[in-house]
Amino acid sequence: MINKIYRSAAEAVEGIFDGATIMISGFGEAGSPIELIHALIDQGAKDLTIVSNNTGSGHVGLAALIENKRVRKMICSFPRTANSTVFPELYRKGEIELELVPQGTLAERIRSGGAGIPAFYTPTSYGTPLAEGKETREFNGTMYVMEHAIRADFSLVKCKSADRYGNLIYNKTARNFGPIMCTAAETAIVQAKEIVEPGEIDPEIVVTPGIFVKRVVEISNPLEESQLVKEGRSYPW
Amino acid sequence: MVDKSIKGWSRNEMAQKVALDIQDGAYVNLGIGMPELVADFVPEDREFIYHTENGLLGMGPAPKEGEEDPELINAGKKPVTAIAGASFFHHADSFTMIRGKHIDVCVLGAMQVAENGDLANWSTGEPHAIPAVGGAMDLVAGVKTIYVITQHTTKEGEFKIVKECTYPLTGQKVVDRIYTDLAVIDVKEEGLFVKELGPGITFEYLQEKTGAKLNQY
Repeated sequence: MINKIYRSAAEAVEGIFDGATIMISGFGEAGSPIELIHALIDQGAKDLTIVSNNTGSGHVGLAALIENKRVRKMICSFPRTANSTVFPELYRKGEIELELVPQGTLAERIRSGGAGIPAFYTPTSYGTPLAEGKETREFNGTMYVMEHAIRADFSLVKCKSADRYGNLIYNKTARNFGPIMCTAAETAIVQAKEIVEPGEIDPEIVVTPGIFVKRVVEISNPLEESQLVKEGRSYPW
Repeated sequence: MVDKSIKGWSRNEMAQKVALDIQDGAYVNLGIGMPELVADFVPEDREFIYHTENGLLGMGPAPKEGEEDPELINAGKKPVTAIAGASFFHHADSFTMIRGKHIDVCVLGAMQVAENGDLANWSTGEPHAIPAVGGAMDLVAGVKTIYVITQHTTKEGEFKIVKECTYPLTGQKVVDRIYTDLAVIDVKEEGLFVKELGPGITFEYLQEKTGAKLNQY
């Protein structure tokens, strides 16, 4: 019987190794799998390359992973936001690498990684500093920049509902990078607000088909990052 | 620095100018900050559908206090609502809408705009600044019409409309029209053309405040 359900966040992140590339879903706090990230901090893997749109805020979630010196390199589009101090401080000290990628290019590099496309051409960033050193080519009179796909060893993703096959649906704008990150990792690890019986998610509305997901854990009352930041909390507690 | 006898338009009036130039039925992406004001001035006989690149088509106004949902936000990470008829989607689909030329109009702020339509709005290039680009480069590369809304000069009185951008570019030859407190300016192959002067603004005064050559229609 196929059963991708894990009993705890700690079990779900087992096997993540030093030096791994990990995609983490979320746009700001929306869709950020905070319990999986905290379990990863407890688990101890280090020297990580993290692919995520932002760098977290306050001293919890992704910001805490960075603050605890587990991250060697960030691949992201917008590394600073309100209440994000951890990444900027380490970056200014030269203690963390940054690969800055336009948001749509980041999304397409992940999508391509999941779809078996090694590289593609995009008009985005042509003629800007972010295209420096990259191959360019003209198609139908317009210049394009070649970008490479990104694949990861693991993805950490948050969703609304999941079943034991790994079928997923998401919540509102918390969907953001989740579906493409599930496709682009060897092992996609998902925290769901609820686990339901197979069939309860109408096949017509499944967003991520289970084939893309390896592990699912139920986190029925996920922490709210902004609330923790407001309270000045930092992880580990 | 500021000459009180010179009037020009208020921020709201600038936003209203932009709204009036957008067609009924347009799919519109509004940047963070002043561009967001445009939504307050949609003429009653027009309907725009707002796209926010984090994954919502059919974005509605800000929710009432106490009804905010941290998983329903805009590209500026502020709480929003979804209209009846809205849809949610993942990032690759969202940027398919942008890069695939499905969005009609994008309204953006600017640090600098050059006379050929080059736009700089993501970085001052200072060595200690943390670079952050977000979706700006995708929007200017893919959206059919790019409007810039900005004060005509910086607070210090430096030119924002220039011959050549000195800040790192967001995109080359991408801006179609510039709305400032002093004028509306079209960016054309042949250069910058003044479409409309603000109240109390003369062409000569505008030229004095502009770091590139202006043309009259």
